[in-house]
Amino acid sequence: MRWIQAIFDILTNPQFYKITLTASTPFIFASLGGVFSEITGVVNIALEGIMLMGAFTSIVFTFYFGSPWLGVLMAIIVGLGMAWLHAWASIKWYGNQIVTGTALILLAQGVTGFLMEPIFGRPGQTDLIGKIEEIRVPGISEIPFIGKVIGELNPLVYIAFGAVVFSWFLIYKTVLGLRMRSVGENPEAADTLGVNVYGIRYFGVLMSGVLASLGGAFLSVGELGQFKELMTGGRGFIALAAMILGNWNPVGAMLASLLFGAAEAMNNQLQSSPILHVSASTKPLFNMLPFIVTLVVVSGFIGRTRPPAADGIPYIKE
Amino acid sequence: MEREFDPRDYAVAMVGITKQFPGVLANDNVTLLVRKGEIHAVVGENGAGKTTLMNQLYGLLRPDSGKIYVFGRELNLKGPRDAINAGIGMVHQHFMLVDNLTVAENIVLGSETRRGVIFDLRQARMRVKELSESYGLMVDVDAKIEDIPVGMQQRVEILKTLYRGAEILILDEPTAVLTPQETEELFEILRKLREAGKTIIFITHKLNEVMAVTDRVTVMRQGKVTGNLITKETNPREIARLMVGREVLLRVEKQPNEPDDVVVEVEDLWVKDNRNLDAVKGVSFYVRAGEIVGIAGVAGNGQTELVEALTGLRKAHKGKYMLLGQDVTNLSARELRLRGLAHIPEDRHKYGLVLDFPNYYNAILGRHDQEPFCRSSFLDHDVILKYTKELFETFDVRPRIPEMPSANLSGGNQQKLVVAREMSSRPKFIVISQPTRGLDIGAIEYIHKTILRLRDENVAVLLVSMELDEVMSLSDRIYVMYEGRFTGEVRPEEVTLEEMGLMMAGHTWEEVRGTVATR
Amino acid sequence: MIKSQQRIYAVLVPLLSVIIALLIAAVVIVLVGNDPLKAYWEMLKGAFGGAQEIANTVVKTTPLILTGLAVGFGFRAGVFNIGAEGQMAMGALFSTMVAMNLGSMPSVFAIPITLLVGMGVGAGWAAIAGALKAFTGAHEVISTIMLNWIAYYLGNYMVAAPLAVGSGTPKSPEIAPSAKLPPLLTVHATELTSGIIIAVIAAVVMYVILEKTSVGYEVKAVGFNPYAAEYGGISIAKNVVLSMAISGALAGLAGAVEAMGVHHRYLGALTAGKGFDGISVSLIGQNNPIGIIFAAFLIGSLRTGSNAMQFLGVSKHVVMIVQGIVIFLVAAERIVRTIMIYLRFRRREAGMES
Repeated sequence: MRWIQAIFDILTNPQFYKITLTASTPFIFASLGGVFSEITGVVNIALEGIMLMGAFTSIVFTFYFGSPWLGVLMAIIVGLGMAWLHAWASIKWYGNQIVTGTALILLAQGVTGFLMEPIFGRPGQTDLIGKIEEIRVPGISEIPFIGKVIGELNPLVYIAFGAVVFSWFLIYKTVLGLRMRSVGENPEAADTLGVNVYGIRYFGVLMSGVLASLGGAFLSVGELGQFKELMTGGRGFIALAAMILGNWNPVGAMLASLLFGAAEAMNNQLQSSPILHVSASTKPLFNMLPFIVTLVVVSGFIGRTRPPAADGIPYIKE
Repeated sequence: MEREFDPRDYAVAMVGITKQFPGVLANDNVTLLVRKGEIHAVVGENGAGKTTLMNQLYGLLRPDSGKIYVFGRELNLKGPRDAINAGIGMVHQHFMLVDNLTVAENIVLGSETRRGVIFDLRQARMRVKELSESYGLMVDVDAKIEDIPVGMQQRVEILKTLYRGAEILILDEPTAVLTPQETEELFEILRKLREAGKTIIFITHKLNEVMAVTDRVTVMRQGKVTGNLITKETNPREIARLMVGREVLLRVEKQPNEPDDVVVEVEDLWVKDNRNLDAVKGVSFYVRAGEIVGIAGVAGNGQTELVEALTGLRKAHKGKYMLLGQDVTNLSARELRLRGLAHIPEDRHKYGLVLDFPNYYNAILGRHDQEPFCRSSFLDHDVILKYTKELFETFDVRPRIPEMPSANLSGGNQQKLVVAREMSSRPKFIVISQPTRGLDIGAIEYIHKTILRLRDENVAVLLVSMELDEVMSLSDRIYVMYEGRFTGEVRPEEVTLEEMGLMMAGHTWEEVRGTVATR
Repeated sequence: MIKSQQRIYAVLVPLLSVIIALLIAAVVIVLVGNDPLKAYWEMLKGAFGGAQEIANTVVKTTPLILTGLAVGFGFRAGVFNIGAEGQMAMGALFSTMVAMNLGSMPSVFAIPITLLVGMGVGAGWAAIAGALKAFTGAHEVISTIMLNWIAYYLGNYMVAAPLAVGSGTPKSPEIAPSAKLPPLLTVHATELTSGIIIAVIAAVVMYVILEKTSVGYEVKAVGFNPYAAEYGGISIAKNVVLSMAISGALAGLAGAVEAMGVHHRYLGALTAGKGFDGISVSLIGQNNPIGIIFAAFLIGSLRTGSNAMQFLGVSKHVVMIVQGIVIFLVAAERIVRTIMIYLRFRRREAGMES
C-alpha cells in the first residue's frame, strides 16, 4: 500500500514531470544523433563515448573561461572530432562499425580520466564549476501545474525539443533528408544517380557527434555543474535503444526518450520518497530500474520496427 | 570499313576499350558503335564482359585504355553524374531503387525538384505524372517501391532515365524478371521510345528477344567482340555460335522414363512471406520417384516461399506435406534431411555455402554431425578431407583444393560443390531451385545432365526455375505458378510457349485451352 | 601462399597497431608535460622489473585471458558479447556466495564446485542476452550493456546489504579456505595464483571446441552465415543462445578465478573493467586462443606497469587510451595495412635509390 501511495504522490506532483523532461534531454539529444547516423547507414554505438567527451569538454572550458555556453560550443567541436574519427574509420576504411564505436568509448573514458589530474588536480570528479541556469518562460510559468513542468527549465531542454522538430524537418522535408534516407536504404541506387554517398554518410555521422555531445554537455554544465568520471553511465546505449524503439524517426526517438526519462525520474523520486524511506544500501536496487525498463522494452518492441536496410554495412564501390 | 571512322556518325562510339580486373581481362580492345535512334543488342554469355562495358559507358568504371564518344564528343567519364549529363541513362539488371521511398521520390532522387533546400514533393509528383503519361509508362507516383510489382518497378527505372533527359538508354538484361506478356509490353515501350528518337542499348543473352526487337547486334565472347550483325540479316544459330565459339545444343536430350511410386505429396499448402502476407495460397501436387516435376513462373509468385516450406526453412500455416508416407509438415531442415531430403537452393551465396568456410567444411554442411564425418561430437578431419577430394574428382570441381575457402571458387564451381554435396547424400527427394542462374553454358550443360542423372537414379526431383526453357526441356510434368496458386498442370510436349506465358500471367489451363479452341 | 601472408598480417596488424598507439600516447604524455620515455621505462620496470612485478603481471593477465576468450569466442560465433563485465561480476558474486559456505568441504570438491558455479552463472547471465537475440531480435550489444549495469547494481546491493561485512569498502565475507585457489608461489606479498593454469586450460578447451568439434562447426557456421547454417539443418536460435552461454561461462570463470585466487571475496571493484578489456584482448589476439593469451599478457603488463607510471604523475588512464587506439586500428585494419604497404614501398624506393 505504501508503494501505491508513494507512486501516486509522485505521479500527481509536477516535479516528476519536470524531472522526466530533464532526464530525457540527454536521451533525446543522443538518440537524435543515433537517428542521423543510422539513417545514412552507419551504426554509431560511440554515442556513449561522444557524450562523455561532450560532458568533459564543456566543463573544462567553463572552468578555464567561466562561460558554460562556450563550454557547450567547444563540446560540439570535440563531438564533431570524435564523430569524424568514427566516420573516417567506418566510411573510408570500411571498419567494423560496432568495434570502432567501442574503441571510441574506451578512448573517451581514457582521455577524460587521463586529463582529470592535469586539469583539475584530482581524479574522480571535479568541484562544482558552473552551469547554465534555468530560464523562466513568462506566461507559461504562471499556468498552474503545467507552468511548474515546462515553465522554468534549462535552456538546453528547450533546445532538445527544438532539435527534434529541426531533425524531423531536415530528414523528411528537405532534399538533403531525402538523400540521407536513400543512402541508408540503398547506397548503390543513390550512387548511380550521382548522390554523394560518402559525403552524406559523413554528414549523418558528424550530426550524431554534434547531438550526442550536446547530450553529454547537458549532463555536466546543464544539470550538475561538475564532471564525474564515467558520468554518462550507459545513457548512450539507452539512447540507442530509444532510437530503435522510435523506429529511426526523430519524433519516435523523442517519445521513447521520454519513456526512459520517466523511468529515471521515477527511480529518482522513489529513492527520495518521504513515504518509503529508502535506505542507502537498497538504492542500488532502484538504480537498476531504467536499465530493466530498457531491456524489457527493447526486447518487446524490436521486430516491430525496421532499421534502414543498409544500416551498418560499409559501402564499397565496385 | 569503307570510309574513315567518324564518331559523329554514332550516338555511342566506344573504341578500343580495354579493362583489366585482377586475374581477368574483362574487356579486350572492344569497339561498340551504336547509331542514333536504333535498338542495339549487346549479347554474350555470363562473364563475356557486357556489363563491364556498359558500366564504363555509364561512368561506374573507368577504362584502362580506349575512347568513348557520345554524339561525336569524346567523354572522360568520372562518375555516373557525367554520364547522366551526357544524356546516358541505365536500367540495371538488379533494380537500383530505394524500397522505402515512393515512386516519385525515387525518380527525382539526385536531381530533386526543390525550393531552396526544401524538397518540393508536389512538383516532383506533377513532373513524374506528365512524363509517365507522355511515354505511356503507367506508374503509381505515391506508392512505395516495396509495395509495387516488378513490372512497374522496371517502368520506374526507365522513367528515372527519361526524367534526367536521357537520349541513350542502356537496359541490362531487362526481361529476366518479366512474363512473356510483360516482355512484349516492354518491347512496345522500347519501340515507342525509338520512335521518339531515343537510342537504346539492350543487353541480353536471350536470342529470341534479340530477333524480336533489335536493329543491330554486337556479340561478345570472353571480353572480345566476335561479331557485328544486322538483326534482319542474321539468325539465332549464327549469333549463338559467335557467343559460344562452337555449335551448341539448344535442347537437352532426354530419354523417356517411367516414374515409380509417389514420394512427395502436398495438399492445400499455405505459406506466408516475410511481410506476413500469403505467398503460397493452397497448392497441391505430388512428385514420383524417377520424375522431374517443374514449377514454372515469374519470380516473386510464391516459388521461393514454397521451396522454403518444403525444405524446412519456413513454416506453412495450413496444409499437409507428406514425404515417403510420413507427415513431415513443418519439420525442421535437419529432420527433413534425415528423412532423405536434399536441396539445391536458389541463392548459393546466401544459403548454399558458408563462403568463409574451407571447401571441405562446406562439403559436409548438413551432415557435419553424422558419421563418418563426426564421431561423438568430434570432427574427423582425415575422413572429411578424403571425402571432399573424392567429391571434387567425381563432380569435377576445380581447383581441387579442399582447404581453400569456398569464396575463392568461381560461380560455376561453387554451384558444382553444392550439387555434389546434395547429390551424394543419396536423397529420396531433391528440391532444385534456379540451378543455372549466373552460370556459363558449359556449366549449365553439366548441371542439366546431372539433374537428368538424378531422375534416372529414381530420385523424386522438384525443379523450380524462372528460366522457362529450362523447365520446359527438363521436366516430365510442369505446374505453373501465379500469385501463390497453380494455374495449370501440363506436360511440356503438349503445351506451347505462348500458352505457358498466359498461364504464367494468371490464366488457368482451362481458360488457355478455351481461348485456343475458340480461336 | 596467400594463407601464410594472411597469417603474417594477423600478427603484424595488431602488433603495428600497438606500436602506433604507444606513439600517439607518447605525444599525449608530452602534451601534459611529462617525459614519455621516462614514463614508458617506469612502465616497463613496473611490469617486469623483478619477480614481484612479473608475478603481478601474471596475476593481472589471468582474468584477461578468460574475458578475452569469452569475447573472442563470441566473435567467432558472430555475437558481440560486450557484456563480459557483467557476466564476470555475476560469476564472481555467486561463486563467492557458494564458496562462503563450503567451510567443511575438502578442496578437491570445493574448488571445482565453486568454479562451476561461476561458469554456470556467467553462462546463464549471458544466455539471457542470447535468448533475447534469438527470440525477439534484440541486439546483444544493447542487451548485454543493460545486463552489465543490472549486474553492477545487483552486486553493489549484495555487498551493501545482505552480504555486507566490516566497514569501509562494501564487501562480502571471505570464502572458505578450502575454496581458495592455491598459490603457485608467493613473492613477498604477491601470490602467483594457480588461476593462470585454469586460464591456459580454458584457452586449449576453446581451441578444441572451435576447431575440432561439431559444436564449433555449428557456431562458426551460424556466425559466418546464419542462412546457410539454417539450410544445413543447424538451429540458429539454439546456437546463438549456446554461443552466448559459452562466452558467458568463460567470463563467469574469470570472475570465479578472480574471487578464489586474488580477492577471496566479492567486492564492487572486483571486475574493474576487466570484462571490457576482454574486447581489446580478443581483437589484438585476432580471436585466436593462442593470440589471446599473448594479447592478455600484453594488456596485463600495460595495466601493471601503468600503476608504477602513476608515481611520475602520468595517469594510468593512458592504458585505456592505448587500448582505444589499438581497437580502433584493428577494427579499421585497412588503415594499418595501407601504412604497411606504404612503408614497404618507401623502403623499396630507398633501396632503388642507393
